[in-house]
Amino acid sequence: MVTNLFVKDRVAIVGAGITTFMRRALETPRELAWEAARMALDQAGLTLKDVDCVVIGSAPDTFDGVHLKGEYLADGSGAIRKPMTRVYVGGGTGVFVPVSAWWHVASGLCKTVLAVGEEKMSPAHPHPQYVFRYIWDPIIHRPLEPNLIWIFAMEMRRYMAKCGAKKEDIALVSVKNKRNALDNPAAQVAANITVDDVLKSEVLVWPVQELDVSPVTDGAAALVITSENVARQVTDSPVWIEGVGFTLDNQHWENRELAFPRYLNYAARMAYRMAGIERPWKEIDVAEPYDPFDYKELHHIEGLMLARPCEAWKLLKEGYFNRDGELPTSPSGGLLGVGNPIAAAGVMKVAELFWQLRYEAGKRQVKRPVHRAVANAWGDLMQAGTVIVLGN
Amino acid sequence: MPRRVGIIGVGWYGFRPSTPEVHFQGMMFESSHRAYADANVDPRKDVDVFVDCQEDLWEGIAITDEFAPEPIGGALRPTFTVSGDGLLGVAHAYMLIRSGLADVVAVEAHGKPSEIRTLQDVYYMAFDPLHVRPLPTGNPFFLAGLDAQAYMQRTGASREHLALVSAKNRTNGLKNERAPYSARLTVDDVLSAPYAVYPLTRYDIADFSDASVTVVLASEEAAKRFTDKVVWLDGIGFSTETGSGAVEWHAWGRMLSMRDAALMAYKLAGLAGSPSESFDLAEVEDRFSFMELLSLEELMLAKEGEAHRLLEQGHFNLGGPLPVNPSGGSLAMGVQLEATGLARLLEAVLQLRGEAGPHQVKGARKAVVATWRGVPTYTSAVAVLSAG
Amino acid sequence: MSVTKLPGTKLSSKEMYSLPGLVESVPQAKYDFSAGPTISRFLQGLKEGKILGRKCPRCGRVYVPPRDYCEYCHVALTDWVEVPDTGTVHTAVVSYISVKRERLEKPEVIGVIRLDVPGYPPNGYEFAGLFHRLCVSPEEAMSDKVIGMKVRARWKPKEQRTGSILDIECFEPVR
Repeated sequence: MVTNLFVKDRVAIVGAGITTFMRRALETPRELAWEAARMALDQAGLTLKDVDCVVIGSAPDTFDGVHLKGEYLADGSGAIRKPMTRVYVGGGTGVFVPVSAWWHVASGLCKTVLAVGEEKMSPAHPHPQYVFRYIWDPIIHRPLEPNLIWIFAMEMRRYMAKCGAKKEDIALVSVKNKRNALDNPAAQVAANITVDDVLKSEVLVWPVQELDVSPVTDGAAALVITSENVARQVTDSPVWIEGVGFTLDNQHWENRELAFPRYLNYAARMAYRMAGIERPWKEIDVAEPYDPFDYKELHHIEGLMLARPCEAWKLLKEGYFNRDGELPTSPSGGLLGVGNPIAAAGVMKVAELFWQLRYEAGKRQVKRPVHRAVANAWGDLMQAGTVIVLGN
Repeated sequence: MPRRVGIIGVGWYGFRPSTPEVHFQGMMFESSHRAYADANVDPRKDVDVFVDCQEDLWEGIAITDEFAPEPIGGALRPTFTVSGDGLLGVAHAYMLIRSGLADVVAVEAHGKPSEIRTLQDVYYMAFDPLHVRPLPTGNPFFLAGLDAQAYMQRTGASREHLALVSAKNRTNGLKNERAPYSARLTVDDVLSAPYAVYPLTRYDIADFSDASVTVVLASEEAAKRFTDKVVWLDGIGFSTETGSGAVEWHAWGRMLSMRDAALMAYKLAGLAGSPSESFDLAEVEDRFSFMELLSLEELMLAKEGEAHRLLEQGHFNLGGPLPVNPSGGSLAMGVQLEATGLARLLEAVLQLRGEAGPHQVKGARKAVVATWRGVPTYTSAVAVLSAG
Repeated sequence: MSVTKLPGTKLSSKEMYSLPGLVESVPQAKYDFSAGPTISRFLQGLKEGKILGRKCPRCGRVYVPPRDYCEYCHVALTDWVEVPDTGTVHTAVVSYISVKRERLEKPEVIGVIRLDVPGYPPNGYEFAGLFHRLCVSPEEAMSDKVIGMKVRARWKPKEQRTGSILDIECFEPVR
C-alpha cells in the first residue's frame, strides 16, 4: 500500500443533497435518487452536463425488489451516457461511495463525480427485516433461523460484558442522537426521549430493545466530488477528502472477539495515515460514527481510535460526545435519529460533515471550531469498515 | 506521466455447464490461487486491494460481498465488491493504481448459473417492476430480439449473417478447452432450429456456464518486482446508456454504451491510427449473435453497416485479417454471468502472451476486449491491451 | 443546508397499500447450493456426532467451521481433526422475535461458543467457534455468569441426526 505519491490534484466535495428519510416514500427508488442528486448538483451550482462519472451505492437488491439495482437506479442517478459503476459493501456502502469516488478523481479519469446512495426498504413485504434472512451462510447458519438482530445483540452483549458498560450507559447514545435529530429536517425518528424510555421499550433480542435500534427507512443522499481545479471554480469552501480507508474481515464472525471491531481499526489506520493524522483523538474535531444501534456508535468510536477500547461509554456519560462537547459525534442525529436507509445513511453522515466543515449546519452546528472530521460506515456480518477523513 | 497499469497474472476455474464438486467459494479460491501463482505474488503480503464482482440475486445471498474476502485472500484487507461485470472491477483496479492508492490489485468475478433454479425469473427481477415486469413477455430476452430486429433493419444484415456468427464462434471454440458449447455448426443448423425469441433461434443465444476468473493487475514498477510477463492495460472504458427502468430511452439497434466505452478506452490508450487497424484480435460481446456484429461497429472495427459484409468475406475468421472471438466467444464458452467480461479478458491476455494454444492468433501484440452486461442493461465496458 | 423542507413524500401504511399504482411482485428466486467437499464432510461429521475442524498445513490453525482454504496463508487446508465438543460461552442473547419480526411464543437463547480447540491464545482475538443455541433459561442467559461459562454440545439421538448443524440440539452447561 502506498500513500498518495501520485496524487497531483486534491479531491473535494462541493455539494451535498438528501431527501427526507421516511418509513414509506411515495417516490420510486429512481425518483429518490434523482431528488438527492439534483439537490447536490444545485448546491454545487453544477448541472448533469458537468458530471463525468457516476458512482452508485445501494445495499441489498432484495429491499427495493429489483435485481441489478445499480442499472435500475442509473438514470435517476444521472448515469445517462456516462461511466457508472455500483459499489457494494453492505451497510458500509454509504461511506464507500465517496471513497470510491475519490479514486475516480485522483486517478485523473474523472473531474466531476456524482456519488449517490439510495435505499427503499418499504417495498419488502411482510417486513423488510425478513430480507435479512438471506444474508446468512445458507448451510451452516440458516437452519437456525437467525434474525439479523441476533448478531447485533451478541455483539452488544459481548461489549457490555468485556467493557463493563450497562444498558443505561449505552442508551445515552440513543438519547443524544434522537435529540440531535430534532434539528435535522430529514429526520424520521427525532425525539426527546430519556434513558428510561429506552429501557422500557419492547425487548427484541435481549439486550437489544426497540429504542436501541434505528428504523427501517426509505431515502437517498448524494454528493458532488470534484478535482481541485473544478472545486476552486465552483466554491470558496471546498471540503477536501484527505483520507480513505476500507477493510473487509472474514465472514466467520463466530470466530472473532466481538467487543472490538478490528476491521474498522484497520480501515481507520489506512485513512488516518493517508490524511497524516497520528493522534485521531486529538486531531479529529467532529465525527459521524455509524450508529445503526446505540452501542455501535461506542464500538465504532473505539475502532476509530477516538477513545480507548472500552472507554467510550465513560466519556459519553461525561457529555464528551455531545454537540457542545469535546468531540461531538453524530451531530446530524445519526441513524438512530434520522433513519437508516442502508446505503444512503452513510452518505447522509458524510453530507453532514460536509455541512459542518462549511459552518452550514444551522442549528446542528457543533459548538467547537471544526477542521478535521471522520465518518465511518459498517456492514455485512460484522465485517466491513469504511472510513473517510475530511478537512476544510 | 500517468502510471502504466499491467496485468501480471490470470487464473481460472470451471468453464463447464455445472460444477457440483465445489461450493462457489471453492471456485473463487481455485481461480485466485492460480492467478497469484501465475503472478508470483503472495496475496497476504503483496496485494493492496481486492475487488470482487458479484450481484446478490445471481448468488442467492442477500449481501453477497460478505463471502468475498476469505476465498480470494482478502480477509482483513481492503476488499470491496463492484456490482457489475468483471471488466467494471478492472476499471476500478485501473483507477486505484493510477491514483497511487494501490500498487497491486486483484479482481475476481465468478458465475455459478447452474445453481440458480429459476434463472428466467431472476432475469425478470431485473426488469422495471412498474412498467415492464407486469407485461406478458414470455422470455426476458425479448429485449435482445427487439435490438436484433432494429439492427438488421438499419444495416441490412440478414438472419444468415447472424447465423454465420454463431457458426464461426462455436466452431472456433472446438480448439478452446474453456468452450463447453463448441460444435461443428453450420448456418443451416442455426437457421433450422426453432426460434427462441424472433429473430433469434436457440443457437443465436449463448448458454450458461460456471466459472471463476481472477486477474492480478499492477503498476509498472510493482510489476517488475514479481514477473517479466506483463500484458499492458493501455486503456479501459465503461459507460451506461440508460437505466433498466428507462429502456424506452435506449437507441434500438445500437449499443451506444459500447461506443462511449470504446472512445474512453481508445483515448486512454492513445491509439494512433484507426481502431480497425490497431488490433491483431478482438474478443467482443456475442451472447446474442447479432451483438458481435453490432459490437464491431460500435468499437469502430467496421464501418456502420459494414460488419456483416466483412464477416461474409471471412475478414473476422481465425486466419483472417482481424480474428474476432478466436476463443469461440460466449456462444462457445457460455455466459458466466458477471464473470463473462473477465473470461474474455482472460482469453485476450493468453493470446498476447502467446499462451492460447490451438487457437493462438500468430504474432498477436494488441487486442481489444468488449463486453455488455446483457439484458436488461445498457452498460458496456471496453479494454485495450498490448503485449509487454 | 438552508432548506427546511426536503424532497420526499411520506406515506402511512394504509396510504401505501391503497395507492392506485401499487404493483405486487413476488420474487421467484430459488437456488441449489453446492456444499462443496469441506462443508459436506463437516455435515457428515455432525451426523456421526463429531465436530470436525480443518487444519492449515502452513500455520497450523484449526478452523471450525471448517473451510477449504486458510484465510491467513491462502493455501488449501488439508488435515481433518476431531475437536472437543466443549467450550466456553463468548456471548449469549435472548430472542423474543422471529425472523419475520413477530413475537415468539417461547424466547430463544442463542450465542457464540468458543470451542476448546488448541492452538489459539486463551483470550485472543480469534478462536474456533460455533454460533448455536444455548440450553439455558433466559434468566440465566441474561446473568453475568453465563459469559465464560463452560458448555458441552447436547447431541440429538443418532437416529434423528441428518447431517445438519441442527444435529446438535444446543450447548448445555457442564455442571
